Amino acid sequence: MTTPDAHPQPAARPRLGVFKFASCDGCQLTLLDCEDELLGIAAELEIAHFAEASSDAAPGPYDLVLVEGSISTPEHLDRIRRVRADSRHLVTIGACATAGGVQALRNHADVDEYLATVYARPDYIATLATSTPVSAHVPVDFELRGCPIDRGQLLEVITAFLAGRRPGIPNHSVCFACKRRGNVCVTVAHGTPCLGPVTHAGCGALCPTYGRGCYGCFGPAGTTNLPALVPLLHRDGMSEEDVGRFLHTFNTAAFAAVEEQGPGVTGAEGAE
Amino acid sequence: MTESTPRSRTLRIPALTRVEGETALHLRIHDGTVLETRLAIYEPPRFFEAFLRGRAHTEPPDLTSRICGICPVAYQMSACRAVEDACGVAVGGQLAALRRLLYCGEWIESQTLHIHLLHAPDFLGHDDVIGLSRAHRGHVERGLRLKQTGNAVVELLGGRAIHPVNVRLGGFHRTPTAAELRPLAVRLRGALDDAWDTVRWVGGFDFPDAECDADFLALAEAGTYAIESGVPTVIRYDEPFTRRTFPLRDFCDHVAEAQVPHSTALHSRLDGRRHLTGSLARWAVSGHLLSPTALEAAREAGLGDPPAPPGAGGTGRGSACRNPYRSILVRAVEVLYAVEEALRIIGAYEPPPHPYVEVPARAGTGHGATEAPRGLLYHRYALDDGGRVTDARLVPPTAQNQGAIEEDLRRIVQSGVDRGEESEAGLTRLCERAVRNHDPCISCSAHFLELDIERTPGSGGPAEG
Repeated sequence: MTTPDAHPQPAARPRLGVFKFASCDGCQLTLLDCEDELLGIAAELEIAHFAEASSDAAPGPYDLVLVEGSISTPEHLDRIRRVRADSRHLVTIGACATAGGVQALRNHADVDEYLATVYARPDYIATLATSTPVSAHVPVDFELRGCPIDRGQLLEVITAFLAGRRPGIPNHSVCFACKRRGNVCVTVAHGTPCLGPVTHAGCGALCPTYGRGCYGCFGPAGTTNLPALVPLLHRDGMSEEDVGRFLHTFNTAAFAAVEEQGPGVTGAEGAE
Repeated sequence: MTESTPRSRTLRIPALTRVEGETALHLRIHDGTVLETRLAIYEPPRFFEAFLRGRAHTEPPDLTSRICGICPVAYQMSACRAVEDACGVAVGGQLAALRRLLYCGEWIESQTLHIHLLHAPDFLGHDDVIGLSRAHRGHVERGLRLKQTGNAVVELLGGRAIHPVNVRLGGFHRTPTAAELRPLAVRLRGALDDAWDTVRWVGGFDFPDAECDADFLALAEAGTYAIESGVPTVIRYDEPFTRRTFPLRDFCDHVAEAQVPHSTALHSRLDGRRHLTGSLARWAVSGHLLSPTALEAAREAGLGDPPAPPGAGGTGRGSACRNPYRSILVRAVEVLYAVEEALRIIGAYEPPPHPYVEVPARAGTGHGATEAPRGLLYHRYALDDGGRVTDARLVPPTAQNQGAIEEDLRRIVQSGVDRGEESEAGLTRLCERAVRNHDPCISCSAHFLELDIERTPGSGGPAEG
């Protein structure tokens, strides 16, 4: 029943590019941690550019580009524009690319003083005073959150891309995942401070499952009422300063934006 | 990019691949002599040591894990040890055993990642693991399976493989039940064969001749292969039978950043000398304390016996391995050991009465060092009496190894040039292999950032290269 016409040679596989800016490599590594799926992904997508994994770096354009890391040096400003120009679909992966990452803690500090603290010759270091998300500089098609991203969510993004549909990444808070997992609420039962009510789902409510409060590594959920949570954190023993540090860690810029906006829907959810 | 005159050429390799993080290479060759080989790390600064100040003493383990996605457990363990040291708390018993188990998981997954996905393609002539999998699918599948086993250990104890959430000062947020560890043991028993087969596979690779002349620095611990604790121990290149130790609190007096003349490079030096941490150093310092199975595998794979000081439980024979290409073999042996060690810990596990010991804050300075897969990782924190961090110092392995890696590069490129290797592609391949031999973790070492600046002789000042 097969004829060459009925089963034509598959078209060239879509080309994948993976690019890194200021980051720890953990989100790219999530791709290599898809041990069961890695060779399958390579069969569906041509891995055209992935410096951490391959010495064969092919030039663009790329059909799907995953960007890890925040924009934090003058060179990044040019490079992210070049990467965008080479990308048909650009997806940011992780807290750094999506919200500036932990290095955005510099944004409200004196970077010159930071430089002098860390480097013997600060004058040799080229850095920006801020660490910003990719979306502050170029259009982004989808933002995948997390510090680090979740392997299942990454596979969903890749699958959705291959199927030509929007990724099914829920926008709700960690509390939903926690209930679904059947956890006892650490705040209600133990008075443990927890950012679960205001944090974007994706990790599978890991921290409460291990008996600790969520520390917000996926950034703010789609709708949050941060002001309503703060008194609860105080009740559970956190000072004003503790709450400040709690919110200002891995997604400091994103939570700061929610604090400024007050309750409601947070910033753009990429292509959603 | 190459610039050349008839006698001189400068070769810049803009981006090294299959390494963690971003770095470039700069070579200067004059009259057939390699004058300079410089790793130019352009990984952007992220200022961890600066923004750790003012954070609570409970925070460094979670914060510093974000320095590196490949060895987050190493950061968490060195941070815990340093803060606990500052607070006068020692964690022992089953909690310490569980920490070692977690660390074994990271060793298995990180070393396996490096062996199969990043390094083996060099020995077998492929650009990446995908190319390798077309020619050697079974070996790649075995590597992925082993890596998954390592990840499973970290996931069970830590919650997730990258940036685990379950580690805290004094132990864990939640400790596993013995029943939860049982499926892990089944999986690890299966991994024993995979780990042994990996040693055999790697033992069959073709290893170019090379020898590094750096001093070795690794932690040593009585009676066991040091992973999550130990005393800094030095074996000097010129005194292979002498071991020196120094107290961890003196680490920064011995391992110091030094300005290299006519270069912007900051290199760590050990008592003013070039040194190397990582698999080769551990094999030299603690190899005789590996398990009988791991030692047998090492022998079978051609690594021979590690140096064993008579009277320290050793055989009095054996030798250090100084060929950086063969570090992949030591890594494979360490994976086998880590699988066995994980099984041993699970076999002896009894859930501790409490998942952690309290670590009350107090003013003080604490030091912590552990063996990250790629070498010794040192942390120091100063705390005020409220437990706020007032000063943080992190010395990652790759920053320490940078001088030895550059010297390796010089030697390896020189012998390439002597053999008549002139092509940019050929030299690039040589250099990339030489760097990958050390499994560098460049995100970790970014605060030892060095820019790619070419100095014009006599001009005195830096100019953009």
